Amino acid sequence: MRKLITTIALAAAAAPALAQTPDPTLARNMAATCANCHGTNGVTKGSDVEPLAGKPKDELIRKVQEFKQGKKPGTIMPQLAKGFTDEQIELMAGWFAAQPAK
Amino acid sequence: MTMQRRDFLLAAGAAAGAAVLPGCATTGGGSAGKVVVVGGGYAGATCAKYLRMWSNGAVEVTLVEPREAFVSCPISNLVIGGSKTIADVTVPYDNLSRRWGVNVVRDTATGVDVDKRVVTTAGGRNLPYDRLVLAPGIEFMWDSIKSYATAPERAIEIAPHAWQAGPQTVLLRRQLEAMPDGGVYALSIPVAPYRCPPGPYERACQVAWYFKRAKPKSKVLVLDGNPDVTSKAGLFKKAWNEEYKGIVEYRPNHVLTDVDLATKTAKFETADDVKADVLNVIPPHRAGGIARTAGVITANNRWCEVDFLSYESIRGKGVHVLGDSIQIAPGMPKSGHMANNQAKVAAAAILRQLGGQPPSATPMLTNTCYSFITDKDVVHVASVHQYDREKKTMLAVPGSGGLSPAMNELEGRFAMSWAQNIWADTLG
Repeated sequence: MRKLITTIALAAAAAPALAQTPDPTLARNMAATCANCHGTNGVTKGSDVEPLAGKPKDELIRKVQEFKQGKKPGTIMPQLAKGFTDEQIELMAGWFAAQPAK
Repeated sequence: MTMQRRDFLLAAGAAAGAAVLPGCATTGGGSAGKVVVVGGGYAGATCAKYLRMWSNGAVEVTLVEPREAFVSCPISNLVIGGSKTIADVTVPYDNLSRRWGVNVVRDTATGVDVDKRVVTTAGGRNLPYDRLVLAPGIEFMWDSIKSYATAPERAIEIAPHAWQAGPQTVLLRRQLEAMPDGGVYALSIPVAPYRCPPGPYERACQVAWYFKRAKPKSKVLVLDGNPDVTSKAGLFKKAWNEEYKGIVEYRPNHVLTDVDLATKTAKFETADDVKADVLNVIPPHRAGGIARTAGVITANNRWCEVDFLSYESIRGKGVHVLGDSIQIAPGMPKSGHMANNQAKVAAAAILRQLGGQPPSATPMLTNTCYSFITDKDVVHVASVHQYDREKKTMLAVPGSGGLSPAMNELEGRFAMSWAQNIWADTLG
């Protein structure tokens, strides 16, 4: 019983920012702005652009932050990454990480 | 609205991960509400798909579109230049019905009863709805060109616009192929706002690319109704001065008033007449006709003002307007990419509204417009837009967005990848 309570408490503590936002579809909606180039739900057509679905959240955050902070050269992405807050990038990364890769 | 329906929609909205529903695609409907979408371009098709996808198939969606297949305006300038074919920019509607269970009706919407919430069609259908999405694209203002007013369908066979991709695109290509070397291609650009700000300048580049290889003594005359190039000005002018030196000539402040169709001579408010061998007139345009029928054209008798949280018309009544028909926010282009993004904001809002909830207060939009300078080298403009609560509009996020430093082949690959992905996102 004690173990169960601990588990519940841990789960609550680890609850993502998603749970605190009033609109549960916020991450999904924002992530949909990436689909034009990266495919619906981050499942990408072709091999010129990186797929996002099912990629580890930390990896996605790191890559977008490198573009945002000018640490990595790019074409579109440095300009788009600067349009999103750190919180928004985290929210979208978490959403894509949870999507099936196919 | 029953409790059951509201609960279902909220649950469906929260189940963000459960996106693809192979089992639901063939059911063709549900009990969570009916949406009719008029127009199967970037805006309408995307909205129809996302309404089905995000409601897990619970919302019944009917898409009314007269064309047999989607023909993309983006990339269609390459058909005019000759490096792509019309088949390369054509995508069928099959997946919308087969995969997503959208009821695709090949018909033309002719009437809207906003009080009874019914759309009527040329084919005699009555389509009831809870929410209506109008994504009719543009219609041309024929009256603004004297000789076009009485028989525009004849005028555009002589001087094609090719600004709605399809037969007009193919016609313009044929005229260029038939033109002898040493001929003049003239392109008339309307005063902004118009569909696809960089599009005409990309077209000038694509025709010049063709001439440079096949008809090097020929000329491209850009007759712009605007005082300067309206998008990516530095990048296009550089291309005309370097890549296409001696081929492209740019003339600003050419507001078209009339065309002598017998001699293909363009006449302007304040500039000298221009006679061309191939005359490509893009007339000024406004929201598609069904928007007028529905009574949602509210700005300058041309465009539809919307609430940017839901894309519902400022007239309300459950009529949403998307894409090139809307009165744009500052810095928001009339582009296919933007239309696709607006459609998702609207789809999310409509599902919330059908569930008795207000739309999200923090929508985001991105835009990317690639322009082909040659058949491979591309330049882009990109932007990110967020909702401004105080001004009740979408504004570019400060510090975001920008242009390519110069044309390059890498972005040529990205542009084709963009096309492949946005076509799949819109229709696949």
